[in-house]
Amino acid sequence: MLENVNARVAKGEFVTLVGASGCGKSTFLKLLLGTEAASSGELLLAEKPIGQEPSSERGIVFQKYSVFPHLTVRENVAIGLEFDRSAWLGRLFGSKRKQALEQADEWLDAVGLTHAANQYPHELSGGMQQRLALAQALIKKPKVLLLDEPFGALDPGIRKDMHKLVLELWRKYQLTVFMVTHDLREGFHLGSRLWVFDKVRHDPHSANRYGSTITFDLPLRSQDTPLNTEELNAISKQLPRATINQIFPEI
Amino acid sequence: MLRLINLQPGRALKTALGIIPFLLILLTYQIGSDLRKAENEQDKLLPSFAEIAAGIDRMAFQPNKRTGEYLFWKDTQSSVIRLAKGISIAAFIGLIVGLAAGSIPIIAAPLTPLITAISLIPPLAILPVLFIVFGLGELSKVMLIVLGVSPFLIRDILQRTQELPREQLVKAQTLGGNSWQIILRVILPQTLPRLIDATRLSLGAAWLFLIAAEAIASTDGLGYRIFLVRRYMSMDIILPYVVWITFLAFSTDWCLLKLSRIVFPWYHADK
Repeated sequence: MLENVNARVAKGEFVTLVGASGCGKSTFLKLLLGTEAASSGELLLAEKPIGQEPSSERGIVFQKYSVFPHLTVRENVAIGLEFDRSAWLGRLFGSKRKQALEQADEWLDAVGLTHAANQYPHELSGGMQQRLALAQALIKKPKVLLLDEPFGALDPGIRKDMHKLVLELWRKYQLTVFMVTHDLREGFHLGSRLWVFDKVRHDPHSANRYGSTITFDLPLRSQDTPLNTEELNAISKQLPRATINQIFPEI
Repeated sequence: MLRLINLQPGRALKTALGIIPFLLILLTYQIGSDLRKAENEQDKLLPSFAEIAAGIDRMAFQPNKRTGEYLFWKDTQSSVIRLAKGISIAAFIGLIVGLAAGSIPIIAAPLTPLITAISLIPPLAILPVLFIVFGLGELSKVMLIVLGVSPFLIRDILQRTQELPREQLVKAQTLGGNSWQIILRVILPQTLPRLIDATRLSLGAAWLFLIAAEAIASTDGLGYRIFLVRRYMSMDIILPYVVWITFLAFSTDWCLLKLSRIVFPWYHADK
């Protein structure tokens, strides 16, 4: 449950959403995605109310199940174009299909999956599947890209590669990104702006009485210069120690 | 010494162990047959393998004296055609209804209780109704298979459709797909291998319904024949027919599995 959330995000920002489980960060992403609706208040995307169901304005990468197992890697990316260009069958044939597949190849190149173009997702590793999911989403040129703990299930080494890729894509295509993460360090490392979700008021007798809100809204850096460790430490000092301990007992 | 639960038979041993029970059954049969034959030369209950061979020859390789047909093949043809028709229609209904109800909640709401209720009707109990409504011809036999099998297929496909990860459907929507496109490109292709699975599981029931319908009202077919010759205690014909039916059921199942593996490699990846 969320309450009193009021924020404005400019085009090209990379917002990372962090907080303890049940703090509402995932709920907020679902509101943006359109799989959940707000009971009151407004959510605007480019000055227009955001749709009540998912649309191609908002791309999404989930932690898993983001790709279609029955399509090859190329087809997985091309399907976004096919939906647009073939209203009835959702499938292109002949030269139109070839063209769509070629466009898909460009995006596969952007995420480094060219060598796996004709494989099925089950033949890919977890990291490669997430690369595919990114390519799928990006080919639609969404106004915002939503990432729901996209690297949570990956090994640390692979995760680092994915961080590099995401930052690279974000700069290159000037994406606007919202990313939910469990990992505070990941949130600091990737975001240009960090939101901490937490409850402000607690009712000891009824845990769900009050909702969460954005308790901290930290600008992290300009788009071009990644933070170094000292800056990270300086920023995390802005958060009251008690809050950090409470939200992230492991740090 | 390994624990019994960790002891894995090797490939050769596994094959041998698999064949042994069959050999034992054949051997037991042979001994039983010999014992009975020793007591009574005319015994019909456990015919010798020579008599069974003669029975097969008579049915499959000699034209029938009255009709000039090779009865065994005629029976096989009739039964397989009925079964194929019944199974195909049932699979088609199962796919369309299951897919529609599984993907569109507003269709599922009125259909689910109805299908549950229909699937609980014992199909053989309404066989008389089918005979009355559709006559004693081919239609009622095919309809029995359809009615017997399709509720199971519908429920299975419905469930499999609903089991698709929600994330996939959301993703498809963010890629710009409308309901129809998503059903056609995302849900349907993933349901087809599951339809093959469900069809394989329902083959046993389909044979049951086919043989029951043929036993009651028919003029040819494998089920008709074994119930006909039962009157003469012709075990030399009944036994090979049963083995033949088993073989047909097995090979259909095997072919469907092969087909599924070739057409849907992604489905069999983690199995």
